[in-house]
Amino acid sequence: MAATLPASHFDKNEMQRSDPMGRPPTVRRAGPWADSLFSALAHGAALLTLALLAAIIGSLIIGAMPAIREYGLSFLWRSEWDPVKDQYGGLVMIYGTLATSLIALLIAVPVSFGIALFLTELSPGWLRRPLGVAIELLAAVPSIVYGMWGLLVFSPVLSQYVQQPMQRLFGNVPFLKGLVSGAPVGIGILSAGIILAIMIIPFIAAVMRDVFEVTPAMLKESAYGLGSTTWEVVFKVVLPYTKTGVIGGIMLGLGRALGETMAVTFVIGNANQLNGPSLFEAANSITSVLANEFAEASEGLHQASLLYLALVLFFVTFVVLSLSKVLLAQLRKGEGARA
Amino acid sequence: MSAVMAPSIDSGRLSKHRRRKAVNAVALTLSMAAMAFGLFWLIWILIETVRLGVGGLTWSVFTDMTPPPQAETGGLANAIWGSFLMVVLATFVGTPIGILAGIYLAEYGQKSMLGNVTRFINDILLSAPSIVIGLFIYAVMVSRMKTYSGYAGVMALALIVIPVVIRTTENMLSLIPNALREAAYALGTPKWKVIVTVTLKSAQAGVMTGVLLAFARIAGETAPLIFTALSNQFWSSDLSRPMANLPNTIFKFAMSPYENWQKLAWAGVFLITLGVLALNIFARIMFRKKH
Amino acid sequence: MKFALVRPVFAAFGLSLVAGSVLAADEVTGAGATFPAPLYAKWADAYNKVSGARINYQSVGSGAGLKQIRAKTVDFGASDMPLKDDELAKDGMVQFPTVIGGVVPVVNIQGIQPGQIKLTGQVLGDIYLGKVAKWNDAAITSLNPGVSLPDAAISVVRRADGSGTSFIFTNYLSKVNAEWKSKVGEGTAVNWPTGAGGKGNEGVSSYVQRLPNSIGYVEYAYAKQNKMAHVLLKNAAGNFVAPDDLNFKAAAAGADWSKSFYQVLTEQAGKDSWPLTGATFIMMHKAQDKPAQGAAALKFFDWAYSNGDKMATELEYVPLPDSVKTLVRKEWSQIKDGSGKVVAAK
Repeated sequence: MAATLPASHFDKNEMQRSDPMGRPPTVRRAGPWADSLFSALAHGAALLTLALLAAIIGSLIIGAMPAIREYGLSFLWRSEWDPVKDQYGGLVMIYGTLATSLIALLIAVPVSFGIALFLTELSPGWLRRPLGVAIELLAAVPSIVYGMWGLLVFSPVLSQYVQQPMQRLFGNVPFLKGLVSGAPVGIGILSAGIILAIMIIPFIAAVMRDVFEVTPAMLKESAYGLGSTTWEVVFKVVLPYTKTGVIGGIMLGLGRALGETMAVTFVIGNANQLNGPSLFEAANSITSVLANEFAEASEGLHQASLLYLALVLFFVTFVVLSLSKVLLAQLRKGEGARA
Repeated sequence: MSAVMAPSIDSGRLSKHRRRKAVNAVALTLSMAAMAFGLFWLIWILIETVRLGVGGLTWSVFTDMTPPPQAETGGLANAIWGSFLMVVLATFVGTPIGILAGIYLAEYGQKSMLGNVTRFINDILLSAPSIVIGLFIYAVMVSRMKTYSGYAGVMALALIVIPVVIRTTENMLSLIPNALREAAYALGTPKWKVIVTVTLKSAQAGVMTGVLLAFARIAGETAPLIFTALSNQFWSSDLSRPMANLPNTIFKFAMSPYENWQKLAWAGVFLITLGVLALNIFARIMFRKKH
Repeated sequence: MKFALVRPVFAAFGLSLVAGSVLAADEVTGAGATFPAPLYAKWADAYNKVSGARINYQSVGSGAGLKQIRAKTVDFGASDMPLKDDELAKDGMVQFPTVIGGVVPVVNIQGIQPGQIKLTGQVLGDIYLGKVAKWNDAAITSLNPGVSLPDAAISVVRRADGSGTSFIFTNYLSKVNAEWKSKVGEGTAVNWPTGAGGKGNEGVSSYVQRLPNSIGYVEYAYAKQNKMAHVLLKNAAGNFVAPDDLNFKAAAAGADWSKSFYQVLTEQAGKDSWPLTGATFIMMHKAQDKPAQGAAALKFFDWAYSNGDKMATELEYVPLPDSVKTLVRKEWSQIKDGSGKVVAAK
C-alpha cells in the first residue's frame, strides 16, 4: 500500500493562489522493497498455516490409505481389533471417544451454565474477578496433571463412593444393570468422562460468561422491570439471546474433550473390546489407542488403521469446530463491528 | 362481587408468585453450587498436587538425573533441562511465524478471502488434538531422519505455539484504534514501518502475553513429544538425539509401581503446575498493567 | 520487555547447545521390552559411571522396540519375543539373548500372601478367557483348599501395548489351554477377551497394586521389587513351583543355543522348572549405518556380560551361562559397517 499524504484540507482556491510549484512534493519512500518484503513475509506466514493444515491432513490420508482401501467406511462400525489376525475396526475407540465426550458435556454444560450465571448475576463485584480468574486457571492446568490425579487420587474415591453404591443400587434393575456392570475399580468410561468434564468446564464457562456479559443491559432491565426473578431473566431472556454463542462455546469444549489424550489414557483402561455398554468397564478412546499402540504398530494394516482412526478424529473435531465457528461468527455479526 | 372473587384470584396469583420465587431460589442455589463445584475440583487438584509434590521436592530434584527404578537418589534435572530447551526453542521458532501471520490477519487481510480462510484454518489448528500433531511430525521428521530427536520435539511444540500466537496477535492488533495508524500514515511512514514501530509496539504487552500463554501451554504438553523426542535417561543438550522431557518422564514414572519414581512424578507434576500457573498469572498482571 | 538482555541470553544458550552436542558423541539409543528394563537401567547407570558412555534405553514394549529397530530410528531393539530365523534374515538383523527371567502371575487379594495361591495353566487361561469370573469359583478353590477366597469378581489386568512379556504368557497359555490356543493364540499383541490394559510391565504392576481382587502377569523383578503376591504354578512335571532364579535356571537348562538363538522357554521339562520362563533378546542390524553407535552398543553388552551378572541376580534374573556368552560374542562378528569391517572391538 503506498504511503501517500492524506487528501489536502486546503480548498482548491487557496491552492491556486499559492506558489506555482503547486502540488505538494510526493514523498519518496525510503526503501520501496521493504514494504513488499514485509508484505510478502506476512502473506507467506498466512499461507504457511494453510500449508500446514493441508500437510497434516495429507500425511494422515496417505498413512491411512491401506486401511481405507481395505475397509472403506465399514471401518467405522467394525468392532474387531485383532493384531494377531490383522483385523481392525474402529467402533470400540469411536464409541469410547464419543461416550466419554458425551458424559463430559452432560456434566460440564449445566455446571458451566451455573458458574456463568453466578459470575454475571449473583456474585458480589469484588468477588467476580478473582473467581473468574480461578475458573480460568483450571483451564491452564496441564492435562497430564488431570490424568495422574485422576488415576492416583480420584479413581479410588470414585470406586468407593460412586461406583460401588451404584452397583448395589442398580445391580439388579433390568436396563440399568448393563450400564453399571463390571469391576467397580474406578477406571472406565465414567471415570474418564468425569475427568474430561472437569477439564472442559473452564472453557465453556468462560465463553458463556463472556456472552452473558455482553447481553444488552436494556433487555435485562426490561425483564426485571416486569417483575421477573433473576432465574427467569437468565433463562428466558439472556439465554435465548445468547444461544448461538453458548452453543459455540459448548462446541469448543466438545472439541477439546474429543482430542484429549493424557487425561483419558490414564483411567480409561485400554481395552479394545466392548463387553456391553457398561460405563464401568475398561474401554478405549481414539487418542488413548494412538498413544498406546502407535509406537509398536507394524507398518502395514495396523499402523494404517491407527492413522485411519486419527483421520476420523480430526474430521470429527473439524466438523464440530466449524459449527462452533459459524455459530460464534453469527453472534459477532449481531454485536456489531470490532473496535 | 369482587369481594367474593378477590380471595381466589389473589391466592392463585400468590401461589404462582411463590412458585416462581421458589424456582428462582432453587436455581440460584444450584448456580452457587455449580460455582462451588468448579472451585472444589480446582482446590482438590491443587491441594493433592501440592501435598504429594512438595514432599518429594528436594534440591536433588534439580541436580540429579532421572534414576533407575528403586534407586536411593535421583532427580529430574535432565528432564527439566530438556523440557526447558525444547519449550524455549519451540517458542522462538513459532513466535515469529505466529506474529507475522497475526499481522497479516489484522493489517492486510481483514476482509480478504485468504484472511478469512486463514482465520478458519487457524482455529482448526488451535484445537487440533495434539497427539495428531505429534504423529504428523513423526511421519515427516522422525522416520525420515531415522532418529528420535529433540528437533522433532521442538517442531511439534512449535506447531502448537503458532496458532495460539496468531490468535492473540490478531486480537491485540485489532484492538489498536485506527486513528493511531492513520496518524502514522499521515506523517508519511511506509506501511511496514507503521506496523512494526507503531501498531506492534502499542500492542506489545498483549502480544507478549500471548507468547507467554503459548509458552505455558506447551510446557505441559505430553502427547506431541511421545513420538518425537522420546525420552532420555541422561543429561543431554544434543537436540539431534532423543531428549528427556518433564511431561513424558512424569507419564512413565506415574504409571509405574516404583515408589521413588512415583514421588518424582508428583514432584514433577507440582513443578509443571506451579510453573504454568505462575506464567498465567504473570501474563495477566503484565497485561493489566499496560492497559 | 527488556531487550537488552536478549543478546547475552541468546549467546549463552547457543554455547550450551554447541557444548552439549559435542559432548554427546558417545550416546546410544535403544528401545524395547519392559521385561529387562530394570536391569538395563541399572547396567546403563553403572556403565555410565565407569566409562562415561550413555546408553539410553527406553522401555516402550517389545512390539515398539521391534518396529523402531526395523525403521532404524534406534541403535538397538529389545524384545522378549525372539524373531524366527527366516524373519531375522529378511530384516537383515542379528539377535542375541542377554538374560533369562520369569513372568509371574500376581494377585492383589486382601489377606493373601505371596506364594499362597496355586493355579494351573488351564485355570489361568480360563481366568483370562473370562470363563472363571470370581475368586471363589470352584476351579480355583479346588486347587486351594483351606485358603479363604472372596466372593468377588476377578479384575483381570493384561498388557495394552505390544509386549514380549505377553508373548511369553500367551505362548504358555496356548500350550496348556486348548481353548485359549484356538480362540486367542499367541503374540505380542492379541485380541484379549477381557481385562484392563496397562502400559508396560510398569503399568500392569501399577494397576494390580491399585485394583482390589485383581490378577496380572509381570516380570519377576517387578513383582519382587514391589512386594506383590505371586502365584504358584503347576509345571510340566506336575509340581507346583514358585518363581525364583533357581527355577528359571532349571527351565533354561534344556535350551540348545548353539543351533539358533530362537529359544522359547515356556513349559519346559524338569521337576523344578518354572513354566513361564523366557529369555530376552537384543536385535541389531547386520549392516550398521552408524558404526560408531553400533560399536558402542556392543561394547556395553560386552561389559554387561563380563560385569553385570551380580546386578542381574540381585534383581532375580538369570545370567546366561558362559558357553552361551561365547556363542553370542562370536555372533557379533556378523555386525559390520558399510565397508565390511567388523564393528565389535576385539
